[in-house]
Amino acid sequence: MATLEINGTAHRVEAPDDMPLLWAIRDIAGLTGTKYGCGAGLCGSCVVHLDGKAVKSCITPVGEAAGKPVTTIEGLDPDGAHPLQVAWRDFNVPQCGFCQAGQIMQAAALLEETPDITEDQILAGMRGNVCRCGCYQRIVAAVRHAATGG
Amino acid sequence: MLGYLSDDLTTGAAPAERPTIMAVDRRRFLGGAAAGLALAAFAGRAGAFERYDTGGSEMRHGLVRDPLVFVSIDPDGTVTLIAHRSEMGTGIRTSLPMVLADEMEADWSRVVIEQADGNEPRYGNQNTDGSRSMRHHIQPMRQMGASVRHMLAGAAAERWGVDPAAVTVALHEVKGPEGQVLGFGDLAEAAMARPVPAFEELSFKTAEDFRYIATGEVPITDLHDITTGRAVYGADVMLEGMRTAVVARPPVVGGRVASHDATETLKVPGVLSVHELSGKALPGKFAPLGGIAVVATDTHAALTGRRALKVTWEDGPNAGYTTADYRAEMEETAKKPGKVKRETGDVDRAFAEADRVIAHSYYQDHMAQAPMEPPAAVARFRDGHMEVWAPVQSPHTAREDIAGDLGLGVEDVTVHVTLLGGGFGRKSKADFATEAARLARETGAPVRVQWTREDDIRHSFYHTTSVERIEAAVDADGRVTGWRHNSVSPSIMSTFAPDVRHHFNIEDGMGHVDVPFAIPNIRCDNGPAVAHTRIGWWRSVSNVPRAFAVQSFVAELAHELGRDQKEMLLELIGPDRTLSPEEENMPEDFWNYGDPYSEFPIETGRLKNVLTMAADAAGWGREMPEGEGLGLAVHRSFLSHVGIAAHVRIEDGRIRLPETHIAIDCGFAANPERIRSQMEGAAVMGMTLALHSAITHENGRVVQSNFNDYDVVRSDNFPEKVVTHIVEHPFSVHATGVGEPGVPPMAPAIANAVFNATGRRLRDLPTGEYLDT
Repeated sequence: MATLEINGTAHRVEAPDDMPLLWAIRDIAGLTGTKYGCGAGLCGSCVVHLDGKAVKSCITPVGEAAGKPVTTIEGLDPDGAHPLQVAWRDFNVPQCGFCQAGQIMQAAALLEETPDITEDQILAGMRGNVCRCGCYQRIVAAVRHAATGG
Repeated sequence: MLGYLSDDLTTGAAPAERPTIMAVDRRRFLGGAAAGLALAAFAGRAGAFERYDTGGSEMRHGLVRDPLVFVSIDPDGTVTLIAHRSEMGTGIRTSLPMVLADEMEADWSRVVIEQADGNEPRYGNQNTDGSRSMRHHIQPMRQMGASVRHMLAGAAAERWGVDPAAVTVALHEVKGPEGQVLGFGDLAEAAMARPVPAFEELSFKTAEDFRYIATGEVPITDLHDITTGRAVYGADVMLEGMRTAVVARPPVVGGRVASHDATETLKVPGVLSVHELSGKALPGKFAPLGGIAVVATDTHAALTGRRALKVTWEDGPNAGYTTADYRAEMEETAKKPGKVKRETGDVDRAFAEADRVIAHSYYQDHMAQAPMEPPAAVARFRDGHMEVWAPVQSPHTAREDIAGDLGLGVEDVTVHVTLLGGGFGRKSKADFATEAARLARETGAPVRVQWTREDDIRHSFYHTTSVERIEAAVDADGRVTGWRHNSVSPSIMSTFAPDVRHHFNIEDGMGHVDVPFAIPNIRCDNGPAVAHTRIGWWRSVSNVPRAFAVQSFVAELAHELGRDQKEMLLELIGPDRTLSPEEENMPEDFWNYGDPYSEFPIETGRLKNVLTMAADAAGWGREMPEGEGLGLAVHRSFLSHVGIAAHVRIEDGRIRLPETHIAIDCGFAANPERIRSQMEGAAVMGMTLALHSAITHENGRVVQSNFNDYDVVRSDNFPEKVVTHIVEHPFSVHATGVGEPGVPPMAPAIANAVFNATGRRLRDLPTGEYLDT
């Protein structure tokens, strides 16, 4: 039994320590904005922030997350008004939308770590996030816009 | 894409049942309004909308044009519009209701979209594939919008005792000649009692009156939910007491469980039960593959339980399926004459008299659709009724499949359509929803079936594998006098019928027999091939290998004859004309994407135009730096004409795409913004299939498993700048496909650009991301 702090709320999670954080978030805490895409850290659909850092929740065991703050897409901004969320809407980024929570969470951590981010750093920093619809051009534009405000 | 496939297989289906006209519950009333102009003014402009035939009425359950089915208005003025097509990323859940809203003069900010359950007798055809949604449904949407506008205007005129011609309708309001104003909500109940006008009584907006249509300024309706994590996909449906199941499926198609031992599985905390599922060998249509299901309290327990299973499989007749051998077999087949699908002129003579014959063969591996959302569905069985939530492209087909599988009546099955986290053809096949339904009935509890990515990669309905061999007869003057194209691949039909060895007309029509070249002697033949796995459709289907082969081959011809690729292509396409299937000696069963040829013909002028647009935008003919090249391709599919100019740069052997120009002629562009996003996505998917996508088999088993060995284009090497050029047309130039037609020309444009950059000719898909040095 672990206690997870997700988006500022404590969730008592009856789960083995090796349960991936993803399934604790989805199946136990009932927060479905974080997506399963590969289960192997290969696609980034499941990215959340653990202690402020982007992690792939599908390969992060619950045991590692206990006692550290977890932020999911639902908790990124109470009104969905994080600059990246706004940029995402301004650029009409999503197509099917499934990977977008992971993309936004990855980008948010990336910009937090690297405020003066270069184009190459954006491209490299988003490499772990797959979009099968192919929204990359707009994803990159939205991240650039959120980073520079223009 | 090919839902018409299953439609074709149920020929003799009952004609479209008329929807029941009834008052909508939830205190909503039908309503509408005329545009910001008087009805009389509209009436004078009926010519703004001349009806034309589409294949929509030939689809199963046809088209429904009854506004009482699609529109309701709350007393507070909220307009609820039904989205009856599935949203998988094209934006159709926004674009079709947007068309209706515009025509009825609804204020988009007061429109709510409601997703329809699978119910074709009520909504008409819902099979979301084949790039058909806009082209089949734009007219019904406009008609229903106009109907509602007239009904609201009529209700207002009656209330005010004025001539309806003196009433205007604009942005959710109806205005009378003396300044009277009523909102849509005020009029809803009265309007609802009025008869639905006949088409002939309707007036329509003209292009200058459009508020939303053709502007590209309406964001997708789910944009906020998607960016905040609130959008609901298949696996996101949460029911009280719901369990999660994963299934161990036979590694070889047609295999089955010989024996299994679940002792260890049942010891895993959270595992509740284990169930053997029956499966169907080929042809199994969309039936589950069978296997062993592990049902648990949560996904982790289910997966842990599945890992602990001991299963011995009996592999069945496809255990010998191995990619290298099968490829060699197809290549041999392609060298021999096949079943002739089209014969124009005297091909044998053209080749006998040729000065030279140029022949090349192009290969493609299988591909999996791999939508970001792996298949997942939730089912609940209560009081004899099966309720399913699933991300499916064809919800009514899913409903029928589930009913059939479980021995229930169709009316005893409800299929709620969630958002689809990508589809690309995979989610036309609802085997995963059937699995959930079976388990819900068997366990008596709500069950979510979750496919892992490995399940998705290993148990898909694969894009076929193919060899396309093309030969050209060239005379002494360098003119192409003969064309022979032998297309060899296991057919999609093998999923539906036994003993299939040849393509059927839908496959023939996708870039094979419809080759648009002005060559006097043409033979299109098809050597036999037998399927050893489940073949399905994958975004743009047979057009992928055909466009790759034809457009690569033309570039090869140009090179070998010392010609410019663009000039060679324009010459082969020939003069501007509308191709006549009779004169071209197309097959009798020539398939024009299910739409009437007279309305949606092959127009060489449009083909040449998009080629030239893309080539000019890319600066075709300019001197390119070392290691860089431009490549062209043009292809008509889904009734749209698309030209692509790809700029390739080779960096340390890696194929990169700094700039891509896509010119699309899709007739009237109802939502240019989503057309652009589809072209950008097509460029990415086209680059992925060109460089990365290979599903291979060893002894019947799929070798790949996840995004490590079935990789896709990522942000560190993607089409960095895709510029979409949309040919502008008025509404009278019929809207055609958008979701798929951007994909086929992409791979040959890349391959041709790589050749121009390096001199290396790539004839296999995928090519690999790195050129061997």
